[in-house]
Amino acid sequence: MLEVQQDTIETTYREAIRMAIREAMQNDERVFLMGEDVGNYGGCFAVSMGLLEEFGPERIRDTPLSESAFVGIGIGAALAGMKPIVEVMTVNFSLLALDQIMNNAATLLHMSGGLFNVPVVIRMATGGGKQLAAQHSHSLEGWYAHIPGLKVLTPATLEDARWMLAAALEDPDPVLIFENSTLYNKKGSISTEVNKVNIDKASVVRNGKDLSIITYGIGLSKSLEAAEILKNEGIDVEVIDLRILRPLDTETIIQSVKKTHRVLIVDEGWRSGGISAEISARINENAFYDLDTPVSRLCGEEVPMPYAKHLEHASVPQIETIVKQCKNILQHERV
Amino acid sequence: MSEYKMPSLGADMEDAILIEWKVKEGDSVQNGDIIAEIETVKGDIDVEVFEDGVVEKIIAQPGQKLPVGTVLAYIKTDISSSPKEAPDEQPPKEIPPVEIPPVSDPPPTIPPVEIPSPAPDPIREPSPPEITPVKDPIRKPTPPEVVLPMTSINEKNRPRASPLARKMAQNLGIDLQQIKSSNESGVIHKVDIESFIKNKSKNLKPVIQVKEPQESKKNKMRSAIAAAMSKSNREIPHYYLETSIDMKIALDWLRKENSKRSISDRVLPAALLIKATALALAEVPNLNAYWTNEGLQQKENINIGFTISLRQGGLVIPAIQKANQKTLDVLMEELSDIIQRARTAKLRSSELTTGTVTITNVGERGAEKVFGIIYPPQVALIGFGKIIEKPWAINGLLGIRPVLSVTLAADHRATDGIIGSRFLEKLNQLLQNPHQL
Repeated sequence: MLEVQQDTIETTYREAIRMAIREAMQNDERVFLMGEDVGNYGGCFAVSMGLLEEFGPERIRDTPLSESAFVGIGIGAALAGMKPIVEVMTVNFSLLALDQIMNNAATLLHMSGGLFNVPVVIRMATGGGKQLAAQHSHSLEGWYAHIPGLKVLTPATLEDARWMLAAALEDPDPVLIFENSTLYNKKGSISTEVNKVNIDKASVVRNGKDLSIITYGIGLSKSLEAAEILKNEGIDVEVIDLRILRPLDTETIIQSVKKTHRVLIVDEGWRSGGISAEISARINENAFYDLDTPVSRLCGEEVPMPYAKHLEHASVPQIETIVKQCKNILQHERV
Repeated sequence: MSEYKMPSLGADMEDAILIEWKVKEGDSVQNGDIIAEIETVKGDIDVEVFEDGVVEKIIAQPGQKLPVGTVLAYIKTDISSSPKEAPDEQPPKEIPPVEIPPVSDPPPTIPPVEIPSPAPDPIREPSPPEITPVKDPIRKPTPPEVVLPMTSINEKNRPRASPLARKMAQNLGIDLQQIKSSNESGVIHKVDIESFIKNKSKNLKPVIQVKEPQESKKNKMRSAIAAAMSKSNREIPHYYLETSIDMKIALDWLRKENSKRSISDRVLPAALLIKATALALAEVPNLNAYWTNEGLQQKENINIGFTISLRQGGLVIPAIQKANQKTLDVLMEELSDIIQRARTAKLRSSELTTGTVTITNVGERGAEKVFGIIYPPQVALIGFGKIIEKPWAINGLLGIRPVLSVTLAADHRATDGIIGSRFLEKLNQLLQNPHQL
């Protein structure tokens, strides 16, 4: 970007999402927010704080503790012409609504012979790092990326937090948005000149020539910090923010691999059968002869997320482990 | 015991640099095994051994530039003979004296212990015939070392390289065996290929110790071709014959045959021409011969040398062995294989030395006619031009036919025009009856 004085505003990831919800509700009467504690409590991660007062209980709806019921209602409302934003507290809880998401939201367009779109947007928090232990902290977005009929978004930047929701609401089909819970407090500035983002392309956040880190969500900021450290050691890392896990932007990945010839995939989710495995397979299918080292992965440890802080820290990729892994990949350069 | 000498890979070769041994002392070798790699002006060549035996003693060291005929190693060929084995018929008088330190005298008294008992491997013996490569019993039965068929030996030596490094090496025509990995795992990466290219000239210079002008390999090949062709033009009284052949029947037949095949199995006209040439030579054997000081020497096998232009310039002439005895499918397969290997500098020594006649085929993008220069000591070269449509008269009627111009360049010391004419007529007959090919 140019260093020209640009109009920017200081904000946080949480506020950016709130701005997006507010704007969507102002622009379209069919939009409403529904979920556990989104109203009086202001959302369990305080995303919807103040919205009840602004839009009233008709459009900011607290629901009973039944994910299956209120996700199902959201799908029904979408079928009936509304534009619901359904908030599920964490991805772990979304499993109670998995039947609704997979067997209804993802399939109805197909099963109705193309007659019924399901324009529902389901937001949920994902990821560890807040000592919420093994029933609130996993990264299961890779699972959802397995399902045809869904779009899976993983905003990692303030821009995407601010603008992905509008694109998701515009999409005629079900879209899942995974917000990493440790990102809510992330501060930064966003340009006021941008007013939309795409939801089909990955983004090369940092250009480099020695190695490509492919990541998403919380992995992005950790990878960018790791890249800074590696830069001081003469290693030039490219960082790709996938942004969307389904459909995967294979082209951007392959272009990067063809440039750097080395890959590290950083994914807080579990390794076995995870999205990292899918990315690795696609690289193999499309760029095998451009690889100079085997595709490398840094994933979450395959354990239920520990409660203890130091164990939780050790369970997911960290800046230092990313740095170490990159150096391992590039070891042969340092004869 | 026999001497394994630096082979002559053509009339234009005087010496070569030994790059690498693929075997070590004590290894069993079989007729056809690649045992060393040498660098000639025409590129790096895998050289083969032509007998079965055990590598007794290695004389030449990698890096040495060695004249053709220099003894490189001794191969013990008669494994079953007793230790009292008589000294070889050709005692070491032929060996260049300086090359061999005294200790390395080929010891005819070598104790038999060195070569373990030739008993057939007991594990293999009862195996049913599904073990395809039937190996001769002269095997090294040392337990931990499994003796593998040739392809597997290559597999064992297969360098560990990244896919990218492998692709780069292939594109650059570099043999991965020459490249050293710079990391502990021994895997060859892009960086190793790059540094190899950077250092290639540097690496070779100190080892070779030859004072010659800094010539690129390409220029060297050019001078080698220049030398051979000058010699040929100076010494061989060429006569030239030309005929035009109506290719309609042959091409129609080939098209029909190919329609029954998958794309990858299709036979190109070049294979047809090779087969026809080989069969015609069988009828006119005086053209399948060498001219030496003793005069004309007919060759029993018909090995068709096929001129292949290299992308980097220059050409090589690998031979397809006994082409008259092979089916079109086999010829096609060998042709594709040989062209592929010629372009990546992976030809075998036998392919470069055994040609008994040469074909030059300018192909579809070439000239209408080609008049070649004989590759000595051969006595004939057949040139195929581009097949083009031409007005053609048959039985008083004029039609359009695909016509091939065929030329014969022949050595007038060896044959006369009548022989050459007979050959071209025979070739024409064969191409009018393609089903016989």
